[in-house]
Amino acid sequence: MSTWNDPPGGFHPISAPDYLPREQLQKIQLQRLQSVVGRAYDRVPLTHSRMDERGLTPASVGSLADIAKLPFTVKTDLRDTYPFGLFASPMEEIVRLHASSGTTGKPIVVAYTQADLDVWSEVMVRALVACGMHRGDVIQNAYGYGLFTGGLGAHYGGEALGATVIPISGGNTERQLMVMQDFGVTAICCTPSYFLHLLESAKETKIDFSKLRVGVFGAEPWSDSMRERIQDESGIRAHDIYGLSEIIGPGVGIECMERRGLHIFEDHFFPEIVDSETGEVLPEGAEGELVLTTLSKQAMPLIRYRTRDVTALVSEQCACGRTLRRIRRIGRRSDDMFIIRGVNVFPSQVETALLRVEGTLPHYQIILTREVGLDQMEVKVEVTPEVFSDEIRALESLQRKLEASIENILGLRVKVTLVEPRTLARSEGKAKRVTDLRSV
Amino acid sequence: MKLQQLSLFLENKPGVLRAPCELLAKNGIDLLTMSLADTTQFGVLRFIVADPEAARKLLTDAGMVVRMTEVVPVEVDNHPGGLARALAAIEEAGLAVEYMYDFGAASRGGKAAIVFRFEDPDAAIAALGKAGVRIYSGEELLK
Repeated sequence: MSTWNDPPGGFHPISAPDYLPREQLQKIQLQRLQSVVGRAYDRVPLTHSRMDERGLTPASVGSLADIAKLPFTVKTDLRDTYPFGLFASPMEEIVRLHASSGTTGKPIVVAYTQADLDVWSEVMVRALVACGMHRGDVIQNAYGYGLFTGGLGAHYGGEALGATVIPISGGNTERQLMVMQDFGVTAICCTPSYFLHLLESAKETKIDFSKLRVGVFGAEPWSDSMRERIQDESGIRAHDIYGLSEIIGPGVGIECMERRGLHIFEDHFFPEIVDSETGEVLPEGAEGELVLTTLSKQAMPLIRYRTRDVTALVSEQCACGRTLRRIRRIGRRSDDMFIIRGVNVFPSQVETALLRVEGTLPHYQIILTREVGLDQMEVKVEVTPEVFSDEIRALESLQRKLEASIENILGLRVKVTLVEPRTLARSEGKAKRVTDLRSV
Repeated sequence: MKLQQLSLFLENKPGVLRAPCELLAKNGIDLLTMSLADTTQFGVLRFIVADPEAARKLLTDAGMVVRMTEVVPVEVDNHPGGLARALAAIEEAGLAVEYMYDFGAASRGGKAAIVFRFEDPDAAIAALGKAGVRIYSGEELLK
């Protein structure tokens, strides 16, 4: 029996909202916006007080354009209300918690009701369908399982699609390659840098992954040239997936088969582009900071969340037929946060780690590279008179202490290199702390 | 008699030794003896000059990280077994050698000068004295 989504890229009924006429979509958006603003106003003290300060009530939202009147939510709001301050549901209704790294070592906690998880699975199914995946696909899910939203988000989406999900999580390259070959894997979800690493290793071991067809790559920025390299070397089709834990996890946006920008699942996440300095909403097509409002979230509705991701909205109709607007692929952020191996890192966290060991903050520089497909982080630290010892073992021990302190805060292994004083670039005003050499 | 040794932090890359050496040379400061400890990433240049305070200021003003450490110049017999005798005295006193190097310029008359770094220089001087091992005076070496 032939079913709805048997042919790759075929129609799946769950994807119907992807193709709604714009007016109809906007009606749903407005209705959901009014409802979610009401929920946040009634149940989240921070949103309530911020709206009161501006003389706003949920009734102030009469049109979609009125969203611009509403106050922003920023990442520090999540930190300041740690752990549960922005929840709009009692714990009895919350069925899942996830967490991601924050700016001070305290994580940011996000919550889901069962309905939220259902929405998450739904948008993930729509994302996978847009990548041409269907029932019968064997998905190797190499995103990390755990507090990170990547693993479980892709997992439940894959299952809800009706595909076969292998919850292998990250790491253990040899086993990944064995499974890829022996289980006849047709699709893989992981970070693009990890996939490159798998490719390199597969060459050495002559692994046959000719059944592999699709890759759904996210959780870190990657360039078009990296896509070309992945596709040329593996023969698969590589899709960019966008998401962030604060909003839901992976599944906020996806590249369809056209792969000319990422469709945002606008019936659940309302996108705006604002000037990152002034907060003014920018006209369609202009580049600025992506701001997202969760239209259907129950446990943790976020109104006008500043993602810090820089992109532009594309509203021309996509050749795939979806009416959902697209964002351009994200290449940079409006703050100095960077993402490495799926972990959000702020230079201030590295500073905290250095301060803990040295007592004063030395000059330092973070260098991001991609070696054999894996993202590497090196921290160059200038030696100060206070910490300099004439004994090699004391210097090596300092190096190890710095590495341990950073790993302790970030949960990432990094390499610390001691350098001579005044050798790291100083600039006027704000120091350039991060050098990203990862473009492949 | 303890000596003030200067140490410099250097990255392990070509050319790093030249800058401090040239700076000292321009100011007429003679390196009496030196030793370079290195790892794959960095090195520490340890050296002794007649006026350590002046050299320290010079290098510090040039932006280098300098450290002063007390070291002990020990006289050993310049023939097989000479160094071993001094080391035996140190070991018997329960003291550890952090590092050591040769002070060739000061070695004469069948004696060799060896610079030792001990964790506790005073205890080491006392132990060596008790064992009859001679410590150089500063005047002998820094002329």
